[in-house]
Amino acid sequence: MRVPAVFYADEALLADMDDKVREQLCNVASLPGIVGAAYAMPDAHWGYGFPIGGVAAFDAEQGGVVSAGGVGFDISCGVRTLVSNLTRADIVAVQERLAHELSRAIPAGVGSTGRLRLSDHEMDAMLTGGARWAVARGYGSSEDLEHIEEGGCIAGADPAALSHRARERQREEMGTLGSGNHYLEVQWVAEVLDAAAAAAFGLRADAAVVSIHCGSRGLGHQVGTDYLRDMVVAAPSFGLRLPDRELACAPILSDLGQRYLGAMRAAMNCALANRQILTHLCREAFRSILPGFDGRLLYDVSHNICKEEWHAVDGRERRLHVHRKGATRAFGPDHAVVPASLRSHGQPVLIGGSMGTASYVLAGCTTGEALAWSSACHGAGRSMSRNQASRQWHGRQLVDDLAARGILIRSPSLRGVAEEAPGAYKSVERVVDVAERAGLARKVARLEPLVCVKG
Amino acid sequence: MSQGRARSAGPAAAGGGGDWEHFAHGADIGVRGRGQTVAQAFEQAAEALTAVVTDPSRVRPLVAVPIHCRAPDLELLLYEWLNNLVFHMATQHLLFSAFKVTIVDGELDAEARGEHVDVERHAPAVEVKGATLTELLVRQGPDGCWRAQCIVDV
Repeated sequence: MRVPAVFYADEALLADMDDKVREQLCNVASLPGIVGAAYAMPDAHWGYGFPIGGVAAFDAEQGGVVSAGGVGFDISCGVRTLVSNLTRADIVAVQERLAHELSRAIPAGVGSTGRLRLSDHEMDAMLTGGARWAVARGYGSSEDLEHIEEGGCIAGADPAALSHRARERQREEMGTLGSGNHYLEVQWVAEVLDAAAAAAFGLRADAAVVSIHCGSRGLGHQVGTDYLRDMVVAAPSFGLRLPDRELACAPILSDLGQRYLGAMRAAMNCALANRQILTHLCREAFRSILPGFDGRLLYDVSHNICKEEWHAVDGRERRLHVHRKGATRAFGPDHAVVPASLRSHGQPVLIGGSMGTASYVLAGCTTGEALAWSSACHGAGRSMSRNQASRQWHGRQLVDDLAARGILIRSPSLRGVAEEAPGAYKSVERVVDVAERAGLARKVARLEPLVCVKG
Repeated sequence: MSQGRARSAGPAAAGGGGDWEHFAHGADIGVRGRGQTVAQAFEQAAEALTAVVTDPSRVRPLVAVPIHCRAPDLELLLYEWLNNLVFHMATQHLLFSAFKVTIVDGELDAEARGEHVDVERHAPAVEVKGATLTELLVRQGPDGCWRAQCIVDV
């Protein structure tokens, strides 16, 4: 290993981690140009090359690499949270109708398609414009953009670096949620844990909020597929001996590395545009039932990315390519890239729960910079395979049980619901507790679900 | 690695000289095909891929899609084969249940037959994002049987 492998976990979380997590993090720590350490967040689990919940930074000038496996197939998968002017009681009063309307308005699940069809020219504009493109086309407002990572548009996207297949896969998928662990959830603020930060974030106790978890859809999946193959095939030409093919990577300064970064950034813009369109569809659905609904965007942050960032290394600012695979950027207070209205409390860090369990809003801490390049966890993390889950639970029973607890699930797939059973995930409470105790981020509010639309 | 037979092909499939199974992965799912030849193992891995989404026996082989791909080695050829299927599943909203594969000198020619997704009848569980390089293996066992496997991201 070139650098240490560092785990942030308590004894129980460490014991739960598959041996593969340790093996994968050690492999990451052996990659060229890695700086500091390879880090595993408290929700880390066995991934592809990199563990999910892995963070690693590379210096291009020191032979550092960019890894398609280190970003994954679901490029720029992330969470955005909208804060509404409604309360839990307002939602409960119309809960069935709202659940129905949202499930009708939000395309979700296998074979679902969006209403939008993009020409090649519009596709290019979307790939370079991200959420800014979506707002210019009438999806949401310019106020939303201030509360999205990078102002809603990632610079350096290169649509020419995408394959024809990547574009084809997105042709009918703009404004779709996907499946698996992706969701749109209506939630309420069940507990305020940091009053000052919650006030700055607009999170009042009992307020209704909406969280959307999804990514760059088929386009991002195809970029991952294409570049994993290209990087594996090219590895010997770079003198790279990979202990695991899924670590497929290329020097940042190589032509392949640059093409991947251009394609990945285009996929990031696709994800931001997609979440922006879904936000618009969600607002429309709410207003059709609750005309006074106002859903202000709190923040949108991705957790499968590689980004160029400046970080202090041994007292010197260095430009690093930070991979966060199932990990969330978590800049502390007063960081320049955090929107001015939120800056004094740190960047919002949005932690998705699993269907039926709590989600959390955290805030980045100053201490996180030295601990893990200002990164935190991203969710609960699975503790059980999909097959185990579908053997243990029945979708219909889960939907009924959650309905009895006041949580309405709307999904076209009962098997999908069983595979996503809350019991198949680690305790999100334990994960965020450890993140806070480690100094990666601090808890601001706990959110509980009321309606969950899943693919 | 914790592996366990989960959903798998029944005796009829096994009687045809091949079979498939799923194996566990922390967040996702592994597909594994077995056969007397590499091509047969690839066909079975493809059926295991469909089974991630739905019960293959519910999928009628009504539409034929030709697939051609090549790769520098058999493992990357499996990666290409499964990802070609994923591409056609995603862009044409298809599910496949019957496969005919031939492999000559690192080139694969195949016909995949299936039908368009019917949410009511197929009750699809999850879409496949891509076949990965994790646990990617194409190998002949001491019994002469070929095994073709990898994890798929869902």
